[in-house]
Amino acid sequence: MKLKQKLRATLLAASIAAIGATSAQAQISDNVIKIGVLTDMSSLYTDLSGKGSELAARMAVEDFGAAKKGMKVEIISADHLNKPDVGSNLARQWYDVDKVDLIVDTPNSGVALAVSQVTREKGKAFLVSGAATADLTGKSCSPNTIHWTYDTWMLANGTGQAIVKTGGDSWFFLTADYAFGHALERDTEAVVLKNGGKVVNKVRHPLNTQDFSSFLLQAQASKAKIIGLANAGGDTTNSIKQAAEFGIVKGGQNLAGLLVFLTDVHSLGLQTAQGLILTETFYWDANPQTRAFTKRFAAGNRGIHPTMVHAGVYSAVLHYLKAVEASKTDDGTKVINQMKAMPTEDPLFGKGSIRQDGRKIHPAYLVEVKKPSESKAPWDYHKIRATIPADQAFRPMSEGGCPLVK
Amino acid sequence: MEIFGVPPQALFGQLLIGLINGSFYALLSLGLAVIFGLLNIINFTHGAQYMLGAFCAYLLLNKLGIGYWWSLAIAPVIIGITGVIIERTMLSKLYKLDHLYGLLLTFGLALIIQGLFRNEFGSSGLPYRIPEELQGAQNMGFMFLPNYRAWVIVVSLVVCLGTWYVFERTKLGAYLRAATENPQLVQAFGINVPRMITLTYGFGVALAAFAGVMAAPIYQVNPLMGADLIIVVFAVVVIGGMGSIIGAIVTGFGLGIIEGLTKVFYPEASNTVIFIIMAIVLMFKPAGLFGTQK
Repeated sequence: MKLKQKLRATLLAASIAAIGATSAQAQISDNVIKIGVLTDMSSLYTDLSGKGSELAARMAVEDFGAAKKGMKVEIISADHLNKPDVGSNLARQWYDVDKVDLIVDTPNSGVALAVSQVTREKGKAFLVSGAATADLTGKSCSPNTIHWTYDTWMLANGTGQAIVKTGGDSWFFLTADYAFGHALERDTEAVVLKNGGKVVNKVRHPLNTQDFSSFLLQAQASKAKIIGLANAGGDTTNSIKQAAEFGIVKGGQNLAGLLVFLTDVHSLGLQTAQGLILTETFYWDANPQTRAFTKRFAAGNRGIHPTMVHAGVYSAVLHYLKAVEASKTDDGTKVINQMKAMPTEDPLFGKGSIRQDGRKIHPAYLVEVKKPSESKAPWDYHKIRATIPADQAFRPMSEGGCPLVK
Repeated sequence: MEIFGVPPQALFGQLLIGLINGSFYALLSLGLAVIFGLLNIINFTHGAQYMLGAFCAYLLLNKLGIGYWWSLAIAPVIIGITGVIIERTMLSKLYKLDHLYGLLLTFGLALIIQGLFRNEFGSSGLPYRIPEELQGAQNMGFMFLPNYRAWVIVVSLVVCLGTWYVFERTKLGAYLRAATENPQLVQAFGINVPRMITLTYGFGVALAAFAGVMAAPIYQVNPLMGADLIIVVFAVVVIGGMGSIIGAIVTGFGLGIIEGLTKVFYPEASNTVIFIIMAIVLMFKPAGLFGTQK
């Protein structure tokens, strides 16, 4: 009798375990983890994200060893044309029809905010690397979104503070007229005011403007010490180039590129870009691991070295796959919770963590663009002036106003 | 004293800036007007050809060490020749058909050319420096005028007026205009009309490439530089009247100024103001300001 009971119990346990195993298998929907890289493939943010982001995602899958672990991971990509409606339609189609489990990258804050909303409705996962607005972990935070690489608060806090503290206390903002520019301007203005500076004036230009001379003339007339460029990509490079033409820096005013990527510096050339102060969370030449990554990456990306956006996509996808492995599911909300519960670690950002509001935490670097004479090799552009520790680099959770944080 | 809250000195500066931007509109819309006037083709490749001009200058400098001044002459010739090839091999087949087919063909070509260049050179743009002789700027009291921008105004005025003179005041221009009205008759006088049309297309394309070289030192040399501009330039041509050379020139400069002023008073609307004007003009003068109803 006793033996029989024991046998029955064992059988039961075994069958439960078996059910457990099969259900864990079944938790990966269609047995495939499908990652969609939603990015800018054709316009001003292509070089800093674009194909490179897709490559970074593939490298993460490879380095995670998905194939060896028996996980099937598929990557697809699409161009959102910098239009929030196109972006959210693509996201809907991916989630509903193409069975995509995770969307990554998504430069352009307007598009990212829209996709974050869709992701939440569908209970999927969204890892943002390319977009900047700190609202993604503030008033628009979501249990299904993690903001990985950088944000407007971090940029303002890094670059803005460094400049105000070295005497740049009156500002004129040149702002891209959409969600990202507004957020960057707002966060930088707060830092300027907090440190005793003032904002003289601001103008808002349409996204993708060719000619900035009119705005620069206004900036020149304002006599502000610092012209803060709350824009990105081609808008920033064009403003910097034309500012040089109008003798703005020679006239004693300084430019603050609030969001300048490595690819922007490359496109400007050191002659024009030298001396710019900027903040980033990843620089390819920081340590042996980042250099090793860069060598592989550049080989597959027409020699273009990785920006922090590319590095962020790599790091985010790697951590996502670890979380899927640990939680044995690709259910969006569950994986995101698992990702928050586990500490992060990868060769590009080192050790880090993810906060309750969806903010990934790691150190930031305040860098200065080298003079042409200091640059020893192609892409040798930045020198790190200071490291902002992880706990100070991002907005404290209590100030963000994220409803998820009680 | 202030005008609408802006000191008059600042306003003069902005007017001048508008005039400079207008120079590019005028140069580009001039080429379009010439092509439409003679070929009845709406040349959507124009933006891509402008971009090709800038890239040609960039490649001449970086691969062959040929500087800005020579590029100003060489790039329009090279790109003009590619235009001639396009006209001979493709466009010439479409003259008998509706405008729409020419538009679709040139639009497709523009997308292909831009896509190829984007794949090859990325989208961030490439640096091109202002030539040594034109660096620096003049302090004019009311504004700081970079020498290069002054050069842009002068050159584009010369080119625009020169083109207008050739088309409206010379014998060659008379042939060209006659060929538009009645090609058979002109041919009967022993003039090779198809060749004239080919060369006209080549000339229009060369004008676009010329504008591209002029733009290279100011804007980043970027595969998309033409795509952003072409829509505005089309609006300029429509407002001026399709095919009207003087219309293209006057509206090019005029809209540059209006756009410049918008950038001061309401910058958010600076990329829409031209289309608002276009809508208004079309409501009251469907043929455009200088166009004639056919």
